[in-house]
Amino acid sequence: MRVLVKRSTAFQEFEVPRHPSQTVLDVVTYIQRKLDPTLAYRYACRVGMCGSCAMTVNGAPRWTCRTHVDRVLKNNELTIGPLRNLPVIRDLVTDMREFFDKWARAKGRFEGARTRRDDFEKVSPRTKHREAADAGIECIGCAVCYSACDVVAANPAYLGPAALNRAWTLLNDVREKENPERLRAVAGDAGCHACHTHMDCTERCPKHISPTAAIAGLKRATTKAALKGKL
Amino acid sequence: MTQTLLWLAQRVTAAILAVCVAVHLATITYAVQGGLTAAEILGRTRGNTAWLVFYSVFVVAAAIHAPIGLRSVLGEWLKWRGIWREVFLVFFAYTLLWLGLQAVIGVFA
Repeated sequence: MRVLVKRSTAFQEFEVPRHPSQTVLDVVTYIQRKLDPTLAYRYACRVGMCGSCAMTVNGAPRWTCRTHVDRVLKNNELTIGPLRNLPVIRDLVTDMREFFDKWARAKGRFEGARTRRDDFEKVSPRTKHREAADAGIECIGCAVCYSACDVVAANPAYLGPAALNRAWTLLNDVREKENPERLRAVAGDAGCHACHTHMDCTERCPKHISPTAAIAGLKRATTKAALKGKL
Repeated sequence: MTQTLLWLAQRVTAAILAVCVAVHLATITYAVQGGLTAAEILGRTRGNTAWLVFYSVFVVAAAIHAPIGLRSVLGEWLKWRGIWREVFLVFFAYTLLWLGLQAVIGVFA
């Protein structure tokens, strides 16, 4: 197959042999090991857990380690580039600092109300809050949603789908201390109210999470708080 | 807080506008059946308090709704985000309100 790889400003063309069950990450690894050792890319686990190998494949952001070539190959051709909406360090490697800084800005850190001397909190998986948290908890931080989001592209301050999804799971975590700062952090022009509900994040999330649903939840929660004068 | 309330105001006015626009379009479709004349329109609206209230609500809802939407458009497409954007939008809102209410009063009085 013909593979076009984005190298800073231009695309470089490679010819890569096809194999059964070949992933896009296999293709990039083949190029780096056999054809051009100067190619920079990032990966770690190869099994869809670490969230480090996301790239733009034939125009759409994807986790490359779990994307089979069969599914994305068009006219025997693959185009591979770095994720959108993030600064490129080199070739296929993006700088993810801003992406994770936004998690911190959305107060994405768990702060429990109990200490290590307390007993475990018993949380029923069947409660409304736990089900809402569970729906978003499997995020691996791959930034595919962030790269797919047009609002991030248009509004650089926007926290993005992943950070807001994280805030929503914590808001629904009954073990958390009450944190009014978090609601303030996720409201407004940089927060959930900037979302236009395009649903590109939900469409692209490799873990089938719906950040759009989380953001809608945050809109409800922040509106309720605002009406009570607690925002 | 302010931005959350702006968002809420936009949603509430959207719900009002959905009804208003539907009624407005249905009325137009019905009213043009026998041709369209100024006399016919004024005959329907002049001195009619129900239409006065309806179109006043319509105008107020539009004057609130449109500037909030335009705020995002200006921010995202023109990167215009400072205080002057807000000043412009307040001016825009009052312009819509003034022009709209002029028209409403014009066909009522």
